[in-house]
Amino acid sequence: MSTRTLAVVSAGLSQPSSTRLLADQLAAAARDELVRRGAQVELRVIELRDHAHDVVNHLLTGFPPAPLREALDAVAAADGVVAVTPIFNASYNGLYKSFFDVLDDRALVDKPVLIGATGGTARHSLALEHAVRPMFAYLRAVVVPTAVFAAGEDWSGGGPDGALRGRVLRAGAELADQVDRRPPATGPADPFALTTDFAQLLGRRDD
Amino acid sequence: MQFGIFTVGDVTVDPTTGREPTEHERIKAMVAIAVKAEEVGLDVFATGEHHNPPFVPSSPTTLLGHIAARTERLLLSTSTTLITTNDPVKIAEDYAMLQHLADGRVDLMMGRGNTGPVYPWFGQDIRNGIPLAIENYDLLHRLWREDVVDWKGRFRTPLQSFTSTPRPLDGVPPFVWHGSIRSPEIAEQAAYYGDGFFANHIFWPAEHTQRMVGLYRQRFAHYGHGTPEQAIVGLGGQVFLRRNSQDAVREFRPYFDNAPVYGHGPSLEEFTRETPLTVGSPQQVIDRTLGFREYVGDYQRQLFLVDHAGLPLKTVLEQLDLLGEEVVPVLRKEFDALRPAHVPEAPTHASLLAARDAAAMDAVR
Repeated sequence: MSTRTLAVVSAGLSQPSSTRLLADQLAAAARDELVRRGAQVELRVIELRDHAHDVVNHLLTGFPPAPLREALDAVAAADGVVAVTPIFNASYNGLYKSFFDVLDDRALVDKPVLIGATGGTARHSLALEHAVRPMFAYLRAVVVPTAVFAAGEDWSGGGPDGALRGRVLRAGAELADQVDRRPPATGPADPFALTTDFAQLLGRRDD
Repeated sequence: MQFGIFTVGDVTVDPTTGREPTEHERIKAMVAIAVKAEEVGLDVFATGEHHNPPFVPSSPTTLLGHIAARTERLLLSTSTTLITTNDPVKIAEDYAMLQHLADGRVDLMMGRGNTGPVYPWFGQDIRNGIPLAIENYDLLHRLWREDVVDWKGRFRTPLQSFTSTPRPLDGVPPFVWHGSIRSPEIAEQAAYYGDGFFANHIFWPAEHTQRMVGLYRQRFAHYGHGTPEQAIVGLGGQVFLRRNSQDAVREFRPYFDNAPVYGHGPSLEEFTRETPLTVGSPQQVIDRTLGFREYVGDYQRQLFLVDHAGLPLKTVLEQLDLLGEEVVPVLRKEFDALRPAHVPEAPTHASLLAARDAAAMDAVR
């Protein structure tokens, strides 16, 4: 039985956080579907709040402190990613954007990603489509069709069989399907790997 | 082993006084620092090259030529010479001239420069950074070794029957290091030519330096220049010392917190933990520096950054006193005792000349 890993990124700022709650539900839905298909699943939760100072330090110094490097490597090495943000000013919050800004821009290429967001009212829901999805499109991630937005009303009125639950299960299944179609991820690219030799660099392939 | 200092040549406000030195003061301070480096027994002074404020050293050979006239032993070098935006023909000429004036006390370190807007000021494009570094250096290498060069490349006009003058002193080109923080292609370039590799070793964690140096050593052996242990490695480093470590931390903290490169980011304590920066007593600097050898192997050159972030000249000169009196003599002794006999010293003009003459004698026999 193969083991698949899901990185669960939450940019929620409060404790406890509805963003983290949504991230956990999405991750559980994807995990359950992968298990149903015969895989073992390992979840790696990354609370960006824990790395907030390190993310800024990375922006300023150009390198990640060790705990942040582990988190970035976990995302790069995952078979699939759940990435959830609260919506601030019609878009992802700055912490979420900054985390993906310092992630190697090749780390998500062809990687299945499930995006989710939370907000006070459903009027923010399209931020997932006009802000979050384009960022991952730029990074050449494979973003599953269903993006899940949870507003205050979803938490209060939804219950276990509510509409939010249905969207979570559908999105989780879509992520599981994309993960299942792919071979296990190979991990973060080695930035020090030499991909060419000097004769090629010099353009003298004949000597 | 060689010990020295390297400067970026920044003009930065002293955050403790609000005073900004003039360019003239900064340039004269760089000379005073270099002269002092020789006085306290250091081996190397290296200057950066920049073509944008707040940096002053746009003309390294002018600066180094002046320092050459005011010193007798000090080895003059660069950190780095822009192999991307300078014409390799002019580098060949300028540094050969300097080599004559300094009686061979010259080597240089190639670097690319990482500021995009600088490139077009010199007719280039930063997207060609690596190809420029490769092509330009290959030409420079030939200009110092072949009296008459015919050449055609991608980035400058072709050369027909060109002789770069003056020819290198005694026909021996200056030794070259290639500096890089994170580009494996540059480690490969240094290895290909059997040149030195210098790891910046300031801004990034030790394991980055370890990987880059490891790659260089392995490729140095691959290209037949010796065993991996015989490759020529230099490291940067950043220190601030006072006899009492608490005094060092207290005095350096405002400079660290406001430094142009990493200021307002990680704390001094975090940065000290994550990078080779050492702020403390001479013994702490000795211990940390000796530890570098554990992850890069026996190496040939250690340069410290001591004159940046608005530190006043007086403070920098005090740093040099501490380095010269209390740190470097111990490091020299300890490193030399640890280094196996088959690991060479960094090449100098005298050693390169002797090696060439020995090779010529062998050829005659």
